[in-house]
Amino acid sequence: MSSLCRNSLILMTAFALLAGCDREARDVRGKPFGETVPGPSPDTIFPGGAPRGALDPRLAAYGRNAYAISQGQQLFIRMNCVGCHAHGGGGMGPALMDAQWRYGGRIDQIAATIAEGRPNGMPSWRGKLTNQQIWQLAAFVRSLSGQEPKDAVSARADELSNTPPETQTRREPVMPADSAQQ
Amino acid sequence: MRWRRLWVALLLLPSLGGCSGIQTSLGGDGADGASFIRLFTIFLVVCGIMYLLVVAALAVAIGRRRDGGRRALTVDNGSHHESSPLVRSALVGWGALIAVGLIALTIASFFTDRSAAARARHSSFAVKIIANQWWWDVIYTTPDSSKIVHTANELHLPVGVEAEVELQSNDVIHSFWVPNLAGKQDLIPGRTTDIQLLPTRTGLYRAQCAEFCGTQHANMALVVTVESKADFLNWIAQQRRPAFAPASRLELAGYRYVTTRECSSCHNITGTPAGGQIGPDLTHLASRRTLAAGTLPMNRGNLYGWVADPQSQKPGSQMPTIGLAPNDLHAVVAYLERLK
Amino acid sequence: MSRPPKRPAAEKPQIVRDGPDLTGPELADRLDATWARPRGLIGWLATVDHKEIGIRYIVTALAFLALGGLMALHMRLQLMFPDSQWLGAGAFNETFTMHGTTMMFLFAVPVMQGVQIYLAPIMVGTRAMAFPRLTAFSYYMYLFGGLFLWTAHFLHFGPDNGWFSYVPLAGPQYGIGKRADVWAQTVTFTEIAGLAVAVTLVVTILKQRAPGMTLARMPIFVWATLVTSLMVIFSMPSVALVSGMLLSDRLVGTQFFNPVEHGDPLLWQHLFWFFGHPEVYIIFLPATGFVSEIVSTFSRRAIFGYPVVVLSLVSTGILAFGLWVHHMFATGLPRVGYSFYTAASMAVSIPTGLQIFCWIATIWEGRPRLQVPMLYVIGFIITFVIGGLSGVIIAAVPLDLQLHDTYFIVAHFHYVLIGGAVFPLLGAITYWYPKFTGRMMSERLGRIGFWTIFLGFQLAFFPMHFAGLMGMPRRVYTYPAGMGLELPNMLSSIGSAVVAVAVLMFVVNMLASLRAGVAAGPDPWDAPSLEWAVASPPPHYNFAHIPAVESRTPLWDAKDGLPVVHGLRVDERELILTSVISAAPDLREPSAVPSIWPFISAVAVAVTFICSVFSPWALAFGAVPAAAALIAWFWPKTPGANPEPQIT
Repeated sequence: MSSLCRNSLILMTAFALLAGCDREARDVRGKPFGETVPGPSPDTIFPGGAPRGALDPRLAAYGRNAYAISQGQQLFIRMNCVGCHAHGGGGMGPALMDAQWRYGGRIDQIAATIAEGRPNGMPSWRGKLTNQQIWQLAAFVRSLSGQEPKDAVSARADELSNTPPETQTRREPVMPADSAQQ
Repeated sequence: MRWRRLWVALLLLPSLGGCSGIQTSLGGDGADGASFIRLFTIFLVVCGIMYLLVVAALAVAIGRRRDGGRRALTVDNGSHHESSPLVRSALVGWGALIAVGLIALTIASFFTDRSAAARARHSSFAVKIIANQWWWDVIYTTPDSSKIVHTANELHLPVGVEAEVELQSNDVIHSFWVPNLAGKQDLIPGRTTDIQLLPTRTGLYRAQCAEFCGTQHANMALVVTVESKADFLNWIAQQRRPAFAPASRLELAGYRYVTTRECSSCHNITGTPAGGQIGPDLTHLASRRTLAAGTLPMNRGNLYGWVADPQSQKPGSQMPTIGLAPNDLHAVVAYLERLK
Repeated sequence: MSRPPKRPAAEKPQIVRDGPDLTGPELADRLDATWARPRGLIGWLATVDHKEIGIRYIVTALAFLALGGLMALHMRLQLMFPDSQWLGAGAFNETFTMHGTTMMFLFAVPVMQGVQIYLAPIMVGTRAMAFPRLTAFSYYMYLFGGLFLWTAHFLHFGPDNGWFSYVPLAGPQYGIGKRADVWAQTVTFTEIAGLAVAVTLVVTILKQRAPGMTLARMPIFVWATLVTSLMVIFSMPSVALVSGMLLSDRLVGTQFFNPVEHGDPLLWQHLFWFFGHPEVYIIFLPATGFVSEIVSTFSRRAIFGYPVVVLSLVSTGILAFGLWVHHMFATGLPRVGYSFYTAASMAVSIPTGLQIFCWIATIWEGRPRLQVPMLYVIGFIITFVIGGLSGVIIAAVPLDLQLHDTYFIVAHFHYVLIGGAVFPLLGAITYWYPKFTGRMMSERLGRIGFWTIFLGFQLAFFPMHFAGLMGMPRRVYTYPAGMGLELPNMLSSIGSAVVAVAVLMFVVNMLASLRAGVAAGPDPWDAPSLEWAVASPPPHYNFAHIPAVESRTPLWDAKDGLPVVHGLRVDERELILTSVISAAPDLREPSAVPSIWPFISAVAVAVTFICSVFSPWALAFGAVPAAAALIAWFWPKTPGANPEPQIT
């Protein structure tokens, strides 16, 4: 085999293997840097407004991390997010499994929503959950609409079965809501 | 039963200190624990005799090879398919001996089991234990719901009274085991199991989870206090009171933090706005002997360490490291120490 | 796909059979040409020679033994002192999971099967196994499964929920990441390999025995192989099923173990232990076969009470399926039901007790020679019986409720597994090493190694009985000071180091003797069974002429040379099939030639399984190359140059 072929095979294998580390790492304490959830500002707390700018890749890694998604799943149940959002289908609160994101569907946008609260009933969790927990919840919420890699997601919780397993969820496109549809 | 305990102790000499420990099957501090020691002794004696017979027979069989006078039944003299009638009868005798011994042991085991079951029908009061990763939720139920006592990682029992302990799990399979008092029983999500505890001696005992339940399975212990009936009733009465109000300015600052910030999302402190149902009840935290399900002894230094960074004490546990500012930490710990 | 061997065009093809006019070196050359495999890497991968495959199984299993043993040393180092923080909780959980999974799935069963694959065909007097390519396939499946597990471990996504992987801890909510899927798929690999070998062994033993070797004349080791393989066939589907159910729950969201949706976590335990209990007898019974062979040879007489030993094997095999609930005594099932399993668990020790009597009686009536294999048998009896008796103790429900999930159980099963399987295995390797390699292992180093492992084992595991009685549960990465557990744990850790040294000594003995051992002839021990009639190591074709057997100890009873059967072809691979019970000659059957397709099929299936851990689509896409490889494997053969005349 030519040396180019061999080297690229080694490189591909290395990347494939390293991907395992990202998914399986269990960061129990959270790193001090990335735990800052974007703060509120007057021009973001309305439908369609959302933090702009590039996302720190270390925060995007929350979405690929199985431990973060699993902790997010447990927090979703224990903090009674299911009370308003059910298991993604919505109720009093909007559905989280679909393509509509009033305040943005990127992970830092969802984390901002959870931390700040939103008009019409979404409570503010800043100071009630640690920032790491908020990022974990955001990662789980994204997995409900299939945004996260399927190998980091768990198929179901040990709960009543309400929704298709998250490993089978189709990846929904992320669209901001039309303000007329509220 | 002192002489029997002494004999067992001699037999098991290397287990130095085992007989007097706070977490040992040889403690015999409960009715089931004592019957365990009795039955175990019977089994040990019978099995020990069988073992000595086997080893003695083996030793003689090997030793015989030096005996030039006997006619060995080997291929060297063409008798390798023969066997002596004495040995053939011994086979039958050995089979009968094993069968008799095993039947006797099975019957002894059955009777111990039946007497434990008979005892189990006379329990006087009920406790419910719900296991979580990695702590124990202990609930003293009564028909009057205003008198229900909710505590965590500790169990108080009156001596000489049989307690019916109902066991449930919130997440994975755990196992509740107080070796000094009784055997273990699993706590399985989706079903309710039960165990009866009849302590016969006052004292402090340690229970531990005995079914692998995840990262911190090793640090999921529970302190069992067996006390006189009067002491027990005092303790229950004290547990029924709501939390003590903060007495100093520092404690007040801590009260404010605990009831409005992260702590209240998970913990309940009766008589305050902190009403979280996910973590251990903290109403009388400072009256407990340990922190974090037996991981740390209860004292000020450990309270500081636990509250400041639980993940360094019990990595993987469900309590997050909040990253408290120093003033908040002082205030919170001061308030927690108030919760006697 | 096979082709007939090339012949020069001038030579007229003839069917060549062995017989009085074709013997000696000329016969040996012909048979060698027919039964040898092509040289080179492809030939090595394509082998169907059961001896080569058996050696590969044994060597691979010993490598996994070393890896699993390293895990054990890590655990013992961590537990040497109380409140130790050397190996954290997560790493410790991975370590004990890898230790258990490796020892149970990648070492204990495969090494026994490897020795069975090597010896059973020769002991029954045939030239090959019934399904040689299936055996080759099963080795590759085993190897790939083991490599998958260990690669995942080194990449930090190995399993960490114990070798038994209880749900809901290993389920989709609490089993985070892909670790439990790796475990479940490793089980799938090893179960397929184990089942394939078991099927092959059963058919080989029942249909390919030498003429005259009735069931009542089979060596005890062959009986043990037969019973074990039947147990594998009935028990392994249970664990393959339950690991498949776990994968299904975790990957596609089925509800098998979700109590909220009418599943049940206890279903896992029932199905797992329905396999798990027979599994330990699958490991133990071949070891009793080793012991019977060694005791017979080294006492210079046939085993005492042959019918009793055989019936003990069979009844242990049957009874083993009725005990599994004794692993679940603490789960809150009805107590009266438990009594049945207590009685059954006690009853299963009766046949084993009778076997022990027969072995000791054989020694008693014979003239024992205390060479290294016999030392291991003595060590086995002394050690295993302790484990068996501690098993009788924990068969009682009231006792088990205290001792379950404590270090008492750890002591019990190491006594029966190491004492009851590893000691006989080491004796067996020493005993059959001259047959495998043509050289003797060093007797002196063997003796030192035996005493080291025997004493080191007692030091390591006897204190665990006390640790368990004193309240130390299993699977804990540390324990508090002041509970009296320091001394037993320290002793165990020191003992484990001694055991490690002994294992190293044994391996050094094996390797050094390959070059420097005393050369061995066909029968260095003057043993009675058929494998000692062939050269050491045996030629590719095992026997130049298939022997006929007239007693249980053919080599001891046929002083003028073994009677043989003539008439098998030497230009094609051919075996003789005999009837099941009385081994009357029945048919001549072709035997498979070397083929690369088992290897390629194993690669295709392995890739499918491994990728299906990450995405269920792999099953759909991976089925295509796997099916293609299997089709190529089973493609009908063109008749050779010399087909048998048709019978009309």
